[in-house]
Amino acid sequence: MKSLVIKDLHANIGEREIIKGLSLEIECGKIHAIMGPNGSGKSTLSKVIAGHPDYTVTSGEVLMDGENILGMAPDERARKGIFLAFQYPMEVPGVTIANFLRAAVSARLPEGEELEATEYYQRLYEKMDLLEMDRSFTARSVNEGFSGGEKKRCEILQMAMLEPKYAILDETDSGLDIDALRIVSHGVNVLRSPDRGMLLITHYQRLLDYIVPDVIHVMVAGKIVMSGPKELALELESKGYDWLTEEEPAPAV
Amino acid sequence: MSIPLFTDEPVRAAARQLFKSLPMPGRLDEAWRFADTKALDMSPFEAMPAPIDGDPARFVKRSRGLTETAGKMIFANDQLLSREVLDASLAQKGVIWKPLEIAAAEHPELFAKHFMAHGAPLGSEKFAALHAASVKTGTFLYVPRGVEIDLPIEVFHWLSGEKNSSFPHTLLIAEANSKVTLVDYFTGAQPDASGLAVGFNDLYVGEGAQLNYVCVQNWSLQTLAIQVNNTVVGANASAKSLNVNLGARYARNESASQLIGEGGRSDMLSVTVADGDQVFDQRTFQDHLAPGAFSDLLYKNALDGGARTIFAGMIKVEPDAHRTDAYQKVRNLLLSDNAEANSMPGLEILADEVRCSHGATSGQIEPEELFYLLARGISKNNAQRLLVQGFLQEAIDRIGNPALAEKLGEIMRAKFGN
Ligand SMILES: Nc1ncnc2c1ncn2[C@@H]1O[C@H](COP(=O)(O)OP(=O)(O)OP(=O)(O)O)[C@@H](O)[C@H]1O
Ligand SMILES: [Mg+2]
Repeated sequence: MKSLVIKDLHANIGEREIIKGLSLEIECGKIHAIMGPNGSGKSTLSKVIAGHPDYTVTSGEVLMDGENILGMAPDERARKGIFLAFQYPMEVPGVTIANFLRAAVSARLPEGEELEATEYYQRLYEKMDLLEMDRSFTARSVNEGFSGGEKKRCEILQMAMLEPKYAILDETDSGLDIDALRIVSHGVNVLRSPDRGMLLITHYQRLLDYIVPDVIHVMVAGKIVMSGPKELALELESKGYDWLTEEEPAPAV
Repeated sequence: MSIPLFTDEPVRAAARQLFKSLPMPGRLDEAWRFADTKALDMSPFEAMPAPIDGDPARFVKRSRGLTETAGKMIFANDQLLSREVLDASLAQKGVIWKPLEIAAAEHPELFAKHFMAHGAPLGSEKFAALHAASVKTGTFLYVPRGVEIDLPIEVFHWLSGEKNSSFPHTLLIAEANSKVTLVDYFTGAQPDASGLAVGFNDLYVGEGAQLNYVCVQNWSLQTLAIQVNNTVVGANASAKSLNVNLGARYARNESASQLIGEGGRSDMLSVTVADGDQVFDQRTFQDHLAPGAFSDLLYKNALDGGARTIFAGMIKVEPDAHRTDAYQKVRNLLLSDNAEANSMPGLEILADEVRCSHGATSGQIEPEELFYLLARGISKNNAQRLLVQGFLQEAIDRIGNPALAEKLGEIMRAKFGN
């Protein structure tokens, strides 16, 4: 069975351990969600999987369809099928969305093959229509001057174009208004596929009404402390996180 | 037929004499501060451009510019190979667009009044004299009052052969309320041939006229290149110039813009991609002579390897130039620890109610930006190239011509591809 497996992962920023023995398996075709208090390490986990150089993995494994990806450079991981929709997408001045995505799509073509421009634009426009994005965005610099919601939409556009095997969506819902949430969720649901696993990081049950997950995990202080069916989200929303950590209080952030 | 000034041997001889008598710039010359003046040794090069050998058609074929142009002129080793007027209505409208020496013969007054009329105020008097002694041809473009040429006019100058020299000249007169875009492409035919290029521009922008001027400098990497640009901007006129600097071993670029009429505007733009041991030495002058004019300089340099850039810019607001707005911004992107960018901004304000600012910054590629591209599967090399292009794009976009911007992007990508 194909899956993204995280095994007893420990990761540091500098000397400080943020991920403290985390295990998780995201099967192809499934959607998992992670909820958890601010500072519990959710974004750190996503960046460690994507290969961000600021974090050191001290032990554990991340296996994509059986292959350990921790030794790979971030661009190689991405080409193999990892995608991270960032909580805070970067602005890239002077690089248009069209050129940026063209470079990303071209990077996935076999050696020596060139991107067919007409087909590329056709696909790009199709995905933009799906996400109800104005076509004028293609000529704008990536995320530069975008509203919070536009940035999130642009992340999902990238996912739609790159068709990853495993996608991690870090708080893609935050900053979206009600209509945008519906549109973006629709965009994500369209990408739901037996060949794709997804990990949604969110603080709000509302997103999970639109994108219904198979499993929900609760992350506290660098570990998964509870997993359960989608109803768990409702319980968390009414009770908060404190009851989960009575014996082991989360560090103040 | 006698061509006044131009082939007038005494005039040439005087220029040659002046070149010989003027001292070589030295380390202590303020105008050459930080420059390695030893790089200026001209002795290895031909005094006069040697003619091309072989089939000229190959240069014509390689002169690939924009898809849509109003006209195209191609020179190799200061010899005209082709002149294509694609917009036939230009001549009817009184546009004069000819090789320089022909125009000098046919329009001697116009020529004499404008040709090298402003000298070389930023340090290259000696090389200006060499240019005057050696120039054979170039572009003469006269756009009469009120005539608007929508599509760009393109001029190609090739330099071919070992130790050869070229002295390209562009003389452009845009009369009142006219509009024109001119693109010069300077290209080395062989990537490793050594060469000398000493070019000169006279750009006159009359009252209310609009000029876009772009020069793509892509001489071979063993070229010693000196370029002097003088722009004169009239009342309510707009001159935008963009230098794209890619080639040469040592490239000196002196650009002076005189704002002589109220409400005139000068945008002085430059993008440089420096690598290996290239040196780009840039000197600028925003000379405000009239009140209420505006100038805005943006120079962007990307430096890799052991490359070096020098920028020295002066904003001068003359006593009568009240209500001047003058800005100067230099941005250096350092891609290597061995690259070095020197910036020397300068201001001299002799009028009142003036708004001026200048600043130079140097920085590196933002690691989080790089990671964002890597996380999309773009290789590190390509990611860096994209970020460098993105960095330079701001200046290119200011020209406001997407087709031209695309073309410039393509030419720059070819350099990154090396
Ligand atoms: N680059 C970094 N430098 C210093 N500290 C960091 C860095 N990255 C993360 N941390 C710290 O690690 C902890 C976990 O941060 P992380 O962003 O992973 O939390 P999170 O669960 O995503 O929180 P939120 O819900 O607020 O997004 C925080 O205390 C944070 O300050
Ligand atoms: Mg986070």
